[in-house]
Amino acid sequence: MATLQSLDIKRRSATTEPPPHVRGNAIEVAKLIDVSKCIGCKACQAACLEWNDLREEVGYNTGVYDNPADLSPATWTLMRFTEFDNKGNLEWLIRKDGCMHCEDPGCLKACPAPGAIVQYQNGIVDFVSENCIGCGYCVKGCPFNIPRISQADNKAYKCTLCSDRVAVGQAPACAKACPTQAIYFGSKDDMIAHAEERIVDLKERGYANAGLYDPKGVGGTHVMYVLHHADQPELYAGLPNEPRISRLVELWKGGTKPLALAGIGLAAVVGFFHYIVKGPNEVTEEDDERADQINR
Amino acid sequence: MERRNGGTVGRYTTGARINHWITAGSLVLMALSGLALFHPSLFFLTHLFGGGQSTRIIHPWIGVVLFFGFAGLFIRFWAYNLWNRDDTQWMKQSGDVINAREEKLPEIGRYNAGQKLVFWAMTLLIAVLFLSGIVLWDTYFHAYFTIGQKRLAAVVHAFAAVITILVWIVHVYAAIWVKGTVRAMTRGSVTGGWAWRHHRKWLREVVQKR
Ligand code: SF4
Repeated sequence: MATLQSLDIKRRSATTEPPPHVRGNAIEVAKLIDVSKCIGCKACQAACLEWNDLREEVGYNTGVYDNPADLSPATWTLMRFTEFDNKGNLEWLIRKDGCMHCEDPGCLKACPAPGAIVQYQNGIVDFVSENCIGCGYCVKGCPFNIPRISQADNKAYKCTLCSDRVAVGQAPACAKACPTQAIYFGSKDDMIAHAEERIVDLKERGYANAGLYDPKGVGGTHVMYVLHHADQPELYAGLPNEPRISRLVELWKGGTKPLALAGIGLAAVVGFFHYIVKGPNEVTEEDDERADQINR
Repeated sequence: MERRNGGTVGRYTTGARINHWITAGSLVLMALSGLALFHPSLFFLTHLFGGGQSTRIIHPWIGVVLFFGFAGLFIRFWAYNLWNRDDTQWMKQSGDVINAREEKLPEIGRYNAGQKLVFWAMTLLIAVLFLSGIVLWDTYFHAYFTIGQKRLAAVVHAFAAVITILVWIVHVYAAIWVKGTVRAMTRGSVTGGWAWRHHRKWLREVVQKR
């Protein structure tokens, strides 16, 4: 899908020139997933397939409720089920996994293809498949292990936060489909305000560590969770505690690149001027004569 | 009167020359296709290879050619590139080297210390590039490595590639600067005068063996 003309672009992968930004008045959006309200029905998963016209292959039962077993080029969102023994009290933690739409997206930073990943001014991070070259750098850049490369067309896929729906004022398909309203969608400010109410409620019910997951290490995210155990996000099928773009990725994609190019350029220039200053290193007549004496 | 050039001396066999140019060609293609994905301002280089996807597909395959090409050169030349005392002395007089005061340098065998360093640097770098490249070759090997390993491989691969390009610049510049060198790889022979000036010990050895 091409980028959406009605949405201004904040960042564009592998691009040195400024992207279109006449409007400049976009409100930052966010999806708030209230894990405490999720019943694991997978209506959101089905809605995602339907709206995005994706077909997941019929798979196998792996012995747990997670189905399919992992995110895939066709499964952009996935319910991950964890059984947590909370001091003899069994809790079934169900987290809707998918792209977090990071404010500081590692996927976009790592991408070498101009315009294959964009971040709209409203905060949505979108893959523009026609520009994708299938190198898999986004997979290495992402702190949440989200993008998946398709075997069919070698392009990367992930949740778009239904950027096409949001562009025309609709909520994402998953939020529409959720029967318990565990998924909210709106401006990021409103979602934070709503999360706070929910957290107060959860604390009253005995979840003293209830809290909002909006990790600062990636500049905050445009998909946030309300967690009953916000002090231990890893409980929720390995949701990273304090995620950030790997230092290796930053080293790989940071200021070292222009430096390296400058170094290469400098070496060529030094060589050129060495030649100009010193002239060629030529064989002299004497060398020839001496060689003649022994080389017959 | 026609100037004599000290006759000619054979330096590279036909096989060695073909081997060298296959390696050289693939190294240049590797650099172009790799730089295309290295920095956005060089992405236009993907057009040389038919687009971004094609560049991504072709780059590792050329790498395989480069690896085996260089392996051939390694087998041919490693024994000539072992380090000796004269090499250390030659390195100490690098000032005389870049100022072309060859009369002050020790007599040099088949290769000088600079050439040997290029040889060993390329050996190490191409091995590192090949191994890290395998880790990054998702089309066939994505399941065998963790994301953490791939991140490390990406940094190592990019770093080694930059150094390789720098070594390549030294190699090419030396061939341009020292006149009469290129014919060794295009025609297989050098003039006696060239051998006397730059590789005197080697010339003596060749003549003695006749
Ligand atoms: S979660 Fe991963 S894929 Fe989604 S925006 Fe963040 S870095 Fe990109």
